Amino acid sequence: MTSNVINEQSTQDAHDDGHHDHKMTGLKRWLYTTNHKDIGSMYLWFSFIMFLTGGVMALVIRAELFQPGLQIVEPDFFNQMTTVHGLIMVFGAIMPAFTGLANWMLPMMVGAPDMALPRLNNWSFWILPFAFAILLSTFFLESGAPNFGWTFYAPLSTTYSNGSTAFFVFAVHIMGISSIMGAINIVVTIMNMRAPGMTYMKMPLFVWTFFITAYLLIAVMPVLAGTVTMVLTDTYFGTSFFDAAGGGDPVMFQHIFWFFGHPEVYIMILPAFGIVSTTIPAFSRKKLFGYSSMVYATASIAFLSFIVWAHHMFTTGMPLFGELFFMYCTMLIAVPTGVKVFNWAATMWRGAISFETPMLFSIAFVILFTIGGFSGLMLAMTPVDFQYHDTYFVVAHFHYVLVTGALFSIFAGAYYWLPKWTGYMYNDTLSKWHFWCSLVSVNLLFFPMHFLGLAGMPRRIPDYALQFADFNKWVSIGGFAFGLSQLIFLVLVIKCIKGGKKAEAKPWDGAEGLEWTVPSPAPYHTFETPPKID
Amino acid sequence: MTTKEYESYYVPAQSKWPIVGAIALFLIAVGAGNYVANLNNPDSSGGGWVLLAGIALIIYMMFGWFNNVITESMSGKYSHQMDNSFRQGMSWFIFSEVMFFAAFFGALLYARTFAVPWLGGAGNNAATGAILWPEFTATWPLVKTPDGTETTAMGWYGLPLINTILLLTSSITAHLAHVALEQEKRGLLKFWLGLTVLLGCVFLYCQGLEYAHGYADEMKLYLDSGIYGNTFYLLTGFHGMHVTLGTIMLLVMLIRVFKGHFTPKNHFAFQAASWYWHFVDVVWVLLFVFVYII
Repeated sequence: MTSNVINEQSTQDAHDDGHHDHKMTGLKRWLYTTNHKDIGSMYLWFSFIMFLTGGVMALVIRAELFQPGLQIVEPDFFNQMTTVHGLIMVFGAIMPAFTGLANWMLPMMVGAPDMALPRLNNWSFWILPFAFAILLSTFFLESGAPNFGWTFYAPLSTTYSNGSTAFFVFAVHIMGISSIMGAINIVVTIMNMRAPGMTYMKMPLFVWTFFITAYLLIAVMPVLAGTVTMVLTDTYFGTSFFDAAGGGDPVMFQHIFWFFGHPEVYIMILPAFGIVSTTIPAFSRKKLFGYSSMVYATASIAFLSFIVWAHHMFTTGMPLFGELFFMYCTMLIAVPTGVKVFNWAATMWRGAISFETPMLFSIAFVILFTIGGFSGLMLAMTPVDFQYHDTYFVVAHFHYVLVTGALFSIFAGAYYWLPKWTGYMYNDTLSKWHFWCSLVSVNLLFFPMHFLGLAGMPRRIPDYALQFADFNKWVSIGGFAFGLSQLIFLVLVIKCIKGGKKAEAKPWDGAEGLEWTVPSPAPYHTFETPPKID
Repeated sequence: MTTKEYESYYVPAQSKWPIVGAIALFLIAVGAGNYVANLNNPDSSGGGWVLLAGIALIIYMMFGWFNNVITESMSGKYSHQMDNSFRQGMSWFIFSEVMFFAAFFGALLYARTFAVPWLGGAGNNAATGAILWPEFTATWPLVKTPDGTETTAMGWYGLPLINTILLLTSSITAHLAHVALEQEKRGLLKFWLGLTVLLGCVFLYCQGLEYAHGYADEMKLYLDSGIYGNTFYLLTGFHGMHVTLGTIMLLVMLIRVFKGHFTPKNHFAFQAASWYWHFVDVVWVLLFVFVYII
C-alpha cells in the first residue's frame, strides 16, 4: 500500500493543482468524470435511450393489439414485451431522468461546487448501463427474457419462470445499488452542501421534492433487493418463501413487493411535483402559492406511501380490516395531493401567464395528472376495484400518472433548463410541434383505455374479444403517433446542443433561483465560492 | 458554518475507480447469473470464474479507491464539511442495510403470524386447511411442512447463546477501542481493536459449527426445509455475510492503526467501521430474539 500511496499522491497533486480547469477529452472524460454536470448529462441521455428502447417494445405491444387475434408475435414474446417495457420505463427511463435532473440542478440550486460525493456519483451512473445490458441480453437466451410482468409475482417468477430469472434478479440488484447510492448522494448534498443562509425552508421546492424522494429510495430499494433475493432462492435453491407447500405464501410476495412498489410510485411522481412547482411560478410571474404547505404535503404523501401498499391487492384477498384500512389510507392521499393541485392553480390565478413550451407541458401535467389521480381514487375503493382490477382501466390510470405526469414534467424541466445546459435557445416551432403532437396522441393512446377497462378488457393479453376492436385500433394509432412525436424532441435537443439563438443567463424573465445567476451555458464548475443567500 | 469551510470543499479530479467498480459489478452479476442458472448443469462452469474475476476486480477497486481517499485525507485536503459528508453517507448506507434486513424479518413475521396459521385453517381459512392439506397442523417452528418435509428446530442455548455473548462483548470492545483512540492511548487501541476482530472471527467459526450441526443427519435442518429453514438460513446467512464484511473492515482498521493512521480528531474510517459493527450486533440481537428464542 505504501509505495502506491506515494505514487498516487504525486499524481493526485498534479490533478489538484489544475483540477478546476482540467477536463479530460474524449471517452475518458465521460468514464472518469466526477463532474455533476457531465454525470447529469449522461443520466439524461441514458434515460432517453432507454425511453426509446422501452417505447419500441410498447409499439410491438400496440402493433399486436391493433387487431383482435394473434398476428405478429407469440403470446410468450408478448409477455416478455410487457415485462421488459415496464422494467425499462420504470428503472431505466423515468428514474434515471429524475436523477439526471437532480445531478444537473441540485448543486446549482443549493449553491454547492458539486455533489457531496462525486466519485460515488460516477459509480452510481456507470453501473446502470451494465444492469440494463444484462437485462436486455436475456432476449438472446434460448428461453427468452423475463415474461412474468414487471411486478414479477410469485409463482410466475419462481415455479413457472423461464431461464432468465437469475439474470433478472442480479440486474435488479445493480439497479437498486445505483438508486441507493444516487439517493445517498442527493441527501448528503442537500443536508451538507447548502450555501450559507439557505435554510431548509428557503430551499427551492424542487430541492425539497428530491430530498424526500431520496429518503423514499433509501428506505425501499433495499426491500426490493430482499424481494428479488427471495425469488432467486425460491427459483434455484429450493426455498419456499412464496410456496404454500413449504409453509410460505405467494400472497406474502405481493405484500413485500408492494411495500417497495407503492413508495416507488411516489419516487416517480414527487420530483415531477418539484419540477412543475418551479416552472409554473416562473411563467405565471408570481411566487409559488403556499410554499410551506407544498413542503408539508410532499412529506405527508411520502409518509402515507408506506401504509397504502395493499391497495394493489384488494382482489388477492386479505382480512376485511386490511381491506378497509388500506382503502381509507389510500383515499387520504387525495388530501395532500389536492393541496398541491390547488396550489398550482392558485399560483396561476391572476398571474401574467405566458405559454412557452415548459409552461405548456406543466399545464398539461396539472390537468392530465389530475385525471390520473382521480382514476386512482376510483381504484382506491375496494368494492369497485374488484371490477377494475387487472383491466385496462388500471393501465390507463398509471399511464396517465407516469406518462402525462412524470414524463411530461421531465419534458417541462428539460425545456426549462435546456438554455442553461447548452447555452442556446431551443427551436420554438419544433418544441410546439412536439408538445401538441404529444398532447393529442397521448390522449388518443390512453383515454380510450379507461373505457376498454370498464368494459372488461384484461391487461397483459395478446388477444381480445371482438367488441374491443374499435377502441384498440384508435389506441394503437395513438401509440404510434406518440412514439413518433418523441423523435421531434430528439431532433430538437441535438439541434439545441449544436447551436441556435444564444441564451442569456436568465432567459425566462419570471424565473427564480441560483441557477439563473450563472451564465448560460453553466460553467464546468459552478459556485467554487458559495453565493450569499439573504 | 463559516464561508471559509465551504471554499475548501474538496472536489476530486477524474478517477478511474468508479468505472473499474462498474465493470467489476457487471462481471459479478453476469458470473453469478450464469452460475446460478446452470446449478444443475455440471458442464458449464464458466459462471463461477467470471464471478471470481469480478470479485477480484472489486477488491482491486477498493484498494485503489480507498487508497486515494486515505491519501487525500492524510494530506489535509478534507475539511470538516467533507468529514460530515462521509459520516452522513455512511449513516444512510447503514439505514439502507437496516431496510434490507427488514424485508427478511418481514417475511419471517408474516409467515409466523399469517401464512402458517392460515394454512392450518385459522381465521376464515377453514377450507384451506380442510381441502389442501387436511393432515397439516400449524406450529412454529414449522418442523413439518404441508407437503411433509420434516426438520428440527435450532435451540437458542448452546452455540447461539455463546454467539450472542461473543457479539455483545465485541460491541463493548469496539467502543473501548474508540475511547482509547480518542484518548490517544495507542496501545489500548490496538488491544481492544484486535480483540474485537478476534471475537468476530470466533463468532464466524461458531456460526460455521452451528451450520454443520444443522446440516448433520440428526437435525436435517437444510436451507430448503420449508419456511423455517428458509428464514433461519437466509437471516443468519445474510447476517453472517455482514459480520464477515464488518470483520474485514475492522481488520483493515487494525492494520491502519499499526501503520500509525488516525488521530483523536480525524478517524472517520475507524468510526464508520465501528458503526457498522454495532449495526451488525443490533441485528444479531433481533435475530436471537425472533429466530431462536420466540
